Amino acid sequence: MTCLPGTSAKKLGLVIDLDTCVGCHACVVSCKEWNTGGYGAPLSDQNAYGADPVGAWLNRVHAYEVTPAGQDAQIVHFPRSCLHCDDAPCVTVCPTGASYKRLADGIVLVDEDWCIGCGLCAWACPYGAREMDGQANVMKKCTLCVDRIYNENLPEEDREPACVRACPSRARHFGDLGDPQSEVSLLVLARGGFDLMPEQGTRPVNKYLPPRPKQAREATDRGAAGVAAGHERPEGFLGWLDRALDKLG
Amino acid sequence: MRPAYSIVLFTTASGAGYGMLAWLGILGAAGLLPMAPPFGLAAFALAVALVGTGLIASTFHLGHRERAWRAFSQWRSSWLSREGVAAVATFVPVALYGGGWVLLGRTQGPWAVAGLATAGMALLTVYCTSMIYGSLKTVPAWHNGWVSPAYLILSLASGGVLLSAVAALTAEAPPELTRLTLLALAAGLAVKAGYWRHIDRPDDASTAETATGLGRIGAVRALLSPHTADNWVLREMGYRVARRHAGTLRRIAVILGFALPLAALGVTLAVAGFTGALTFAAAVSLGAGFAVERWLFFAEARHVVTLFYGEQRT
Ligand code: SF4
Ligand code: SF4
Repeated sequence: MTCLPGTSAKKLGLVIDLDTCVGCHACVVSCKEWNTGGYGAPLSDQNAYGADPVGAWLNRVHAYEVTPAGQDAQIVHFPRSCLHCDDAPCVTVCPTGASYKRLADGIVLVDEDWCIGCGLCAWACPYGAREMDGQANVMKKCTLCVDRIYNENLPEEDREPACVRACPSRARHFGDLGDPQSEVSLLVLARGGFDLMPEQGTRPVNKYLPPRPKQAREATDRGAAGVAAGHERPEGFLGWLDRALDKLG
Repeated sequence: MRPAYSIVLFTTASGAGYGMLAWLGILGAAGLLPMAPPFGLAAFALAVALVGTGLIASTFHLGHRERAWRAFSQWRSSWLSREGVAAVATFVPVALYGGGWVLLGRTQGPWAVAGLATAGMALLTVYCTSMIYGSLKTVPAWHNGWVSPAYLILSLASGGVLLSAVAALTAEAPPELTRLTLLALAAGLAVKAGYWRHIDRPDDASTAETATGLGRIGAVRALLSPHTADNWVLREMGYRVARRHAGTLRRIAVILGFALPLAALGVTLAVAGFTGALTFAAAVSLGAGFAVERWLFFAEARHVVTLFYGEQRT
């Protein structure tokens, strides 16, 4: 049934730290690698080596320039994937029951044997988190690595989503956001974690941690300053070297 | 949003078919339509053909058509599922009413009840179609109070024009039908004008700042795309071809879809003699105009996911 199952007590999800994400795309690649052989149909690519390649990926990393009023711009790397929303519109619009949310842990999944590939769930998702697979013609989305996190064939330390495991800068955290005492919940509390597009009413489970405040500083025209500095005569030893080289040359 | 031709065909053709059924149901039950056998036969055949074509076309964009039957199951939450159920259920009163009309020549008494049920179910189906789009909060150009009235009125307008053409070519166009169709066309034009004015005001609820949550720091500008080529999401929801030509296309939709049919049908009321040719011309013009209108409905609509990709507003 694509009616939402009521509120699940357990809400497994990710907490993504925008302060430490370096935009390396390791999570993107490890996600594709795991999920092309994991849950459901492979994540196919079409025309992968041609002029116009396209393929299904479950995680995408953007980069934004954020400019506080009167200050210098900052760069923020921004991973984007399914937020396993509590009020998931992608679930309720599905005509077949293929798209569903699990009561046990809140994970939002697609039953690929039922999916008719109508695409309506992707239209309903504000976050672009669902991509149609160009070969299997079914909807693909983040499964929170449902085939890793409970997988007793894997060593304990590998029982977390592939993206979390791969992140070299510990910018991704996995846990139960329904438990206020869990590590991830405490992290969200401590760092002021926030929802994406709260006005869409989806109540995402995944949270984002804001970049830590930068030292406030007047915006400077560093381009011009840098050039001017380069033309100044150095002092001390470098100054002597500079003058000596001038004489030689 | 990408305007898939199958969806444009589905919504316009089935809309016109259900509009015809609605008029057949209401005006037939009221005894205001010609009872000549060729008219009934042709009218029901065309209406059912349009509805059927639309429904079949709607399955063309599915990745797995063989599983389409599963779409009838989630009527409790999904408007797409409700639309499927309503569309199939409508065939029951249509079969009864159409059978009574065409085979027995009866539209009164209990048959009139079937007629009213036909009209009610036809309009309910069109409403469900409109809500597939109207329920999507992610597309502000669809999630507003103009969309359902536009679908319903345009369905009645196109159904009225087609039914007038069938009547004029097989029997005689009843003036009541012509007048009501003129009314529907005028109302449709007003609703579309209101709709366009509404969507031309940018929707500020979601922005690049709320999408990324980085508005708490400052103004947000997309710097690097996550992928160097297109992806399915952008092809489906980042469609932007129409925007440059939107003004021209709207004018074409207004002229072909509303102005010419209004003029042609208006003339048939005033001048006798050319009714068949004029209503036929009105139907052809309206078909082209409404296809452009429906294409624009998709092509002009922006999805909030584009806010992650550099759009500031939707
Ligand atoms: S992020 Fe999108 S796909 Fe994931 S649960 Fe929310 S609405 Fe559904
Ligand atoms: S694409 Fe599949 S999962 Fe999505 S709404 Fe359609 S049937 Fe449901």
